[in-house]
Amino acid sequence: MDIRSQIAMVFHLDKCIGCHTCSIACKNIWTDRKGAEYMWWNNVETKPGTGYPRKWEDQDIFKGGWEKKGDSVKLKGAGKFQGLKVLFHNTNLPVIDNYYEPWTYRYNNLLDAPEGDDQPTAEPVSLITGEKMTPKSGPNWDDDLGGSPLYARNDVNFKNLSQVEKDSLFQLERMAMFYLPRICNHCINPACVAACPSGAIYKRGEDGIVLINQKKCRAWRLCVTACPYKKVYFNWNTGKSEKCILCYPRIETGQVPACMHSCVGRIRYLGVMLYDADKIEKTASCEDKDLIKNQLDLYLDPNDPVVIENAKKAGIADSTMDAARKSPVWKYVKEWGVALPLHPEFRTLPSLFYVLPLLPAMASMENGIYNTTSNSLWDDVENARLPMKYLANLFSAGDTVVIKNILKKLMAVRLHRRSATTGDISRELADSELKSSDMSTETADAIYRLTSLAHHRERFVIPPAHREEAIELIEQTATRKENTGFGFIEKPERGL
Amino acid sequence: MSWIKDMISPKTRQWEEFYRNRWQHDKVVRSTHGVNCTGGCSWNIHVKDGIVVWEMQALDYPLLENSLPPYEPRGCQRGISFSWYLYSPVRVKYPMIRGALLDLFNDEKTKTGDALLAWQNLQNDPEKRKRYQKARGKGGFRRIKWDEALEIIGAANIYTAKKYGPDRVFGFSPIPAMSMMSFAAGSRFLQLFGGVHLSFYDWYCDLPNSFPEIWGEQTDVAESADWYNAKFIAVMGANLGMTRTPDVHFFSEARHNGTKTVVFSPDFSMVSKFADQWVPVHAGQDGAFWMAVTHVILKEAHVNKQVPYFIEYTKKYTDAPYLVEIAVEDDHYVPARLLRANILEKYSGIENGDWKFLNLDEDTGDFICPSGSSGHRWQEKKGDWNLKYTDSETGSGYNPVLSLIDRKDEILQVEFTEFAQDRKSKRGVPVKHVQTKTGKIACTTIYDLIMGQYGIDRNLGGDYPSSYDDASTAYTPAWQEIYTGISSATVLQFAREWYTTAEVTKGKCMVIIGAGVNHWYHSNLIYRAATMSLMLTGCIGVNGGGMNHYVGQEKLAPFDSWGSIMSGKDWNIPARFQQSPIWHYIHSDQWRYDGNQADYNTVPKNDFSSHHSADMIVKAVRNGWMPFFPQYDKNNFTIATEAREAGAKDDKGIQDYVIDQLKSGALKYSVTNPDEELNFPRVWFIWRGNALLSSAKGHEYFMKHYLGTHHNEIADEVAKEFVKEIEWKEKAPEGKMDLVVDLNFRMDTSALYSDIVLPAASWYEKADLNTTDMHSFIHPLSPAIPPVWESKSDWEIFREIARVTSEVAKKHLPGPILDIVNSPINHDTKGEISQPSIKDWFTGECDPVPGKSMHNIVTVERDYTLIYEKFISLGPNVRKGLGAHGISFPCEDFYDRLLQDKDHVTHIGNETFPSIKEDTEAINAVLLLSSVTNGILSGRAFTDAEKNAGVDLSKIKPLNNDISINFNDLQAQPRRLLNSPLWSGLMTNGRAYSAFTLNIEHLIPWRTLTGRQHFYLDHEGYIQFGEHLPTYKPSPRPELYGDLRKTIAEGKARLLNVLTPHGKWHIHSTYGDTLRMLTLSRGMEPCWLSEKDAEELEIKDNDWVEVFNDNGNYCTRACVSSRIPPGICIIYHAPERTYSVPKSSRNGNKRAGSHNSLTRVHLKPNLMVGGYGQFTFGMNYWGPVGVNRDTFALIKKLDNVTF
Repeated sequence: MDIRSQIAMVFHLDKCIGCHTCSIACKNIWTDRKGAEYMWWNNVETKPGTGYPRKWEDQDIFKGGWEKKGDSVKLKGAGKFQGLKVLFHNTNLPVIDNYYEPWTYRYNNLLDAPEGDDQPTAEPVSLITGEKMTPKSGPNWDDDLGGSPLYARNDVNFKNLSQVEKDSLFQLERMAMFYLPRICNHCINPACVAACPSGAIYKRGEDGIVLINQKKCRAWRLCVTACPYKKVYFNWNTGKSEKCILCYPRIETGQVPACMHSCVGRIRYLGVMLYDADKIEKTASCEDKDLIKNQLDLYLDPNDPVVIENAKKAGIADSTMDAARKSPVWKYVKEWGVALPLHPEFRTLPSLFYVLPLLPAMASMENGIYNTTSNSLWDDVENARLPMKYLANLFSAGDTVVIKNILKKLMAVRLHRRSATTGDISRELADSELKSSDMSTETADAIYRLTSLAHHRERFVIPPAHREEAIELIEQTATRKENTGFGFIEKPERGL
Repeated sequence: MSWIKDMISPKTRQWEEFYRNRWQHDKVVRSTHGVNCTGGCSWNIHVKDGIVVWEMQALDYPLLENSLPPYEPRGCQRGISFSWYLYSPVRVKYPMIRGALLDLFNDEKTKTGDALLAWQNLQNDPEKRKRYQKARGKGGFRRIKWDEALEIIGAANIYTAKKYGPDRVFGFSPIPAMSMMSFAAGSRFLQLFGGVHLSFYDWYCDLPNSFPEIWGEQTDVAESADWYNAKFIAVMGANLGMTRTPDVHFFSEARHNGTKTVVFSPDFSMVSKFADQWVPVHAGQDGAFWMAVTHVILKEAHVNKQVPYFIEYTKKYTDAPYLVEIAVEDDHYVPARLLRANILEKYSGIENGDWKFLNLDEDTGDFICPSGSSGHRWQEKKGDWNLKYTDSETGSGYNPVLSLIDRKDEILQVEFTEFAQDRKSKRGVPVKHVQTKTGKIACTTIYDLIMGQYGIDRNLGGDYPSSYDDASTAYTPAWQEIYTGISSATVLQFAREWYTTAEVTKGKCMVIIGAGVNHWYHSNLIYRAATMSLMLTGCIGVNGGGMNHYVGQEKLAPFDSWGSIMSGKDWNIPARFQQSPIWHYIHSDQWRYDGNQADYNTVPKNDFSSHHSADMIVKAVRNGWMPFFPQYDKNNFTIATEAREAGAKDDKGIQDYVIDQLKSGALKYSVTNPDEELNFPRVWFIWRGNALLSSAKGHEYFMKHYLGTHHNEIADEVAKEFVKEIEWKEKAPEGKMDLVVDLNFRMDTSALYSDIVLPAASWYEKADLNTTDMHSFIHPLSPAIPPVWESKSDWEIFREIARVTSEVAKKHLPGPILDIVNSPINHDTKGEISQPSIKDWFTGECDPVPGKSMHNIVTVERDYTLIYEKFISLGPNVRKGLGAHGISFPCEDFYDRLLQDKDHVTHIGNETFPSIKEDTEAINAVLLLSSVTNGILSGRAFTDAEKNAGVDLSKIKPLNNDISINFNDLQAQPRRLLNSPLWSGLMTNGRAYSAFTLNIEHLIPWRTLTGRQHFYLDHEGYIQFGEHLPTYKPSPRPELYGDLRKTIAEGKARLLNVLTPHGKWHIHSTYGDTLRMLTLSRGMEPCWLSEKDAEELEIKDNDWVEVFNDNGNYCTRACVSSRIPPGICIIYHAPERTYSVPKSSRNGNKRAGSHNSLTRVHLKPNLMVGGYGQFTFGMNYWGPVGVNRDTFALIKKLDNVTF
């Protein structure tokens, strides 16, 4: 047993508003500079839709992630050796058109224009060339089903739906959307780390955060190809790749990442998970149908005496163990089993899990009259507008049973709470729903409390970073105390 | 324990300082955003290297009850983008002026050597005036010094006051709650000057007229935490994810606690994803759905089964048991006025007997005069204004009869009108005969009338729907299908779940409603329709219930103390407040383009309902219902002087003189001749708002008639044949405004078109206060950094304007001078009981009595040389006490406490006053003197409420009196407001604020005629407009509305309803121009189109399109989406003209306009009535609203795009 600790996250999609505050919190701090304009370490996508960069999920195009090869896995498009062959002509790399050409406006015109015969306006200009341009795409072009004929209707996750089924999803009676916020998954089996020819990408031992060393990066960009989530970006100004750093300067000081801090939907949770690194290869290379179960089996119970014993041997701090026992991620993912990783079939073992969205009940149309009645207060989850198959393609490598069970659990919690708070749903009905989802009333209450009532400190349980110990490996911590901050800031430069 | 071995050596990991260095910062300061978003979020502003680098939400809100989710974090994608503005290329760094104006002014200044004379010469030369007016909005700005800009402004102010009167100087700044001191700065200056402040809540169409109609309340709603207490939530016209971004979590969290959610929205909006059921009701037709819901509730929960909670609630808290006369009209019976108590012999001599009403006692069968009516509120004897079931005249208890069905003398067949199909039905109403002083009359209860109106068959005979499936008769579930497109089965399920939930939870059903409904022409009726379902199931005044309207950050919590500073009431009474919708309708000449409202409004035919809106305004102004400025076609100073010369010795003498002059025609109301040069508005200050664009309904008419610059309007004038009271000039003036001054931190459209732009400090650079109705905290705005470049806070700018204005006055307008101020009859004053019927003194129907049959006429002495001194000093009127909403309390001791601080006083002559020279001084004065931030004053306010109502409120007075919150406290942590009877929600022990819980639990009446919640509105005007009972009226048809008289569909063009709801990437126009929001959206504000309409128009996603009608045009790109239904398009409110707007292919290839280029003002005249209970003017409280949802336009592809 090789126990490691990993900061992991849960995003509760039923609560996501799609406001993008997270994206901007991140951007303001980290990517608001030349060369990074188009980087959205955190972005929010409307589903159905094609996301950012466009169609990123389609690995037939981008060849990201791992594929099963016998009892192991290999990088789909950007293995170190395979990668070397394509170093100078990487056809799988997304190009500017998959992202967008960043732009600004000639705002100065408003203040500076000489008197003329018409009103001045600020025209858009390219941030790359400085020339006039008409923006044709952006990081969120299909927001709220905008441009649905081009984007939503071409969502890759409709792959096993018939044309009739697909079309029905764009009629009033079935139409729906939800939001999918995405950051780097800080994977347990990160393809970007495996693909880097320079060894510039690493996973931090203490928290599992995946980082790109801005001094070592040599601009090979194989990480960009390898990441199936397209969460590594190439900075065209510095010539280095960059990605979400999970706000480690904040994590290290006990503050949550900016995107999570700023989440006004209160959908985000963060905590530490223990896992057994010995099982990574086996887990990543199992059959598709076992992916979810096996990934969940990787995580170790911090209350288990054997785990505690081995954690001590692995040098995991007591404070980390304590945090692991309070981890909201552990509760959602392991204890309650209501959160799933995004596209487990990419086999990177992501550390970000999603609680599924409940959606409005399906309606029907007759003679132009819209009917949305249901047999019960909330209807059955199977009558939700987006088909299980679609959600399964996103979150469970196609397994609709897992999806249905989670949705039923979430609904059972609602029925239980309705019964408890109003009584117009009978106790018997609520109990039978809980039972069929294998939940006690205590569990249902706990799910409800963490979903609805949790305060900041309950949603985010950050293990202490013990920076003093890390610093001590380089110099006396006292010396750092005396010296830190003095010196000249060096900017990363091309080719260093 | 030991450090886990790194995957690579710690030495290699030293590079990690790269990102750590970025995160490090020097200072964090709490502030918020002074924008009209209703958010009121607390933010931490991060400062590094002396500049603001980013902002993050504060998390330290005090917790409410444990059973409620916390408020953290609050703040949205827009707020977190604000720091961009500080150093952006649109930042206004220095005072700017249009070069054309500066050159002309300087020429005259050189000639005359005097700024005022220079301004005078410039204004008296039509060519020169036209020269700089034509240049408005067309570039040519120049940087000038503060002193130069102030000199021109001071000269224009005094010149205008001297030549025309101070009521030609106007100010517009919206929604004070978002940065209340900045608002107060300008309004205080204006009121000390005698200028006019324009209203905003009604102009923005954010005022829900149904609130004053039903509750006598501007707006009072639950804080968002209370959504979590609801067990059934219906959302309509509000896109919570989009517009209530920091609050919507309470909604999603309630779902997980077992709350059912239903969302009404024609498009699949952001909040629709949270719906258990999404109901795509046809745009603007929500009212029909709710009429049918109420039909089902009445039938099933009031008649078939009489749910005790509903019956008891309806009896006790609504006007349902009140008696109404059944009158004969032509050959049939109709519901008429409420029975007045003094028609009975036994009550004939009582005080205010016209304003007290009648119930019937269940036990004795006697007629009873229930306590709590407006007559009780304004009578000499205090203590009878309450909701106890007592006869106010005898003091004895009783049990009101809700329906006469079991004690009727007779059944009369009363006529009810259904307007959509214009169908009249006679239905049996049980009546009792009353022997009055003048004879016998028939009466019934409002409850019985409601049963008749909704077509509930109780075996009383008449024409009823045969069943729920009867589509031909209102208001069945089948009937509503015609208008809503939603099945009757949906209505039935909804109604049943609604009343079942309300029954088991005792009222925890909630409506959340917003601009998507409030902006329709008949919004008051739609709101009333939904509110009926709430009231009939006991859901108002209950935590988790309520009609929760969130449109505009209207709740200014410390209104008591702030109101005095804002209005200059600490020095002068009264202030000049203008109802904006009627003002813009008249002054921007939109009335000239308007046909008769009776042609598009659905009204019964009678004399009163057939007026053109402009004529109705004249009537409303004369009768004291609505204000209008300028007042007269003569300078008020001159009138006062002439009155004195004619022998007037006192106020009464001046009043008599003015009335005589008006009667003789020697003096005319400006409103009757608005296109006469004497009556123009002249100087316009705009701050904290985008008056020329975002809110400028009829934007192109503003361009033409206010500014005199280019415009895109093509409409014809049509009013000539309709108007009788208003003088028609063959040629409408263009360019009425002499000077437009904009205070701004960014170059928005209003700044772009103004003559002078003054650099205002932004929200991270000044001290201010912020409150909202979305939560119950009070927040500071704080200077994280000092104002950048040459900018100044609004407080300082208006202080400077006051200073230069006083300076100019020393030479040109020295010494005291008399001004005459007209003010309408005001809400929460005795004026509420002044006009029991509509009588026009002007036509001799009654005597002119100021404050009773007509507006007030008050004489005010002004000294223009002292404006500055008064501006910076808190005036002595505060000693007399403060208050609002009819509550008042003494505060002399606290005023004196301010005087004791010798570092913070001012001197005028020998007298000493508390200083409010600095913004923080003014803020601390507001906090010390308000009942929501000072526990002792809260206690005193409750004592006043107890005295008025005769009830014991000791349980809800603040437990700890000795609380006083100051500005530093707010900077340390958000503070929750105190309970105060100024507001109707109770907040004891962390309880979430829900409106009217004070009324329900402590029997405090609503500020209405009866003191109850009103189903029935018996004002004569309402009866004549057919709105006395809740009803459904169809939206005005585009061909009758008159926006498309000239516009012709050529080629592939299509007529669509243009909806302009609040958007995702801006708060009105703010933030919309930031690069961040433009990047995350589509680089501009697109026009959202359905897939079907787009296909038929051969428009592809991202193609350029032109949207146009008679009022103007808008050019943008299409966003084609399946979530938009055919027949509508959405242009989210409010795109600026400042970025990415190409030239229009129409109207001479000029720059295209904006969303408001498609609108023109249409007013609903019955909303102008006054002097009658809750139908009495209050600024932003009562009056017609600037509706815009009923706008239609053509859309077509734009092939040639040029900039």
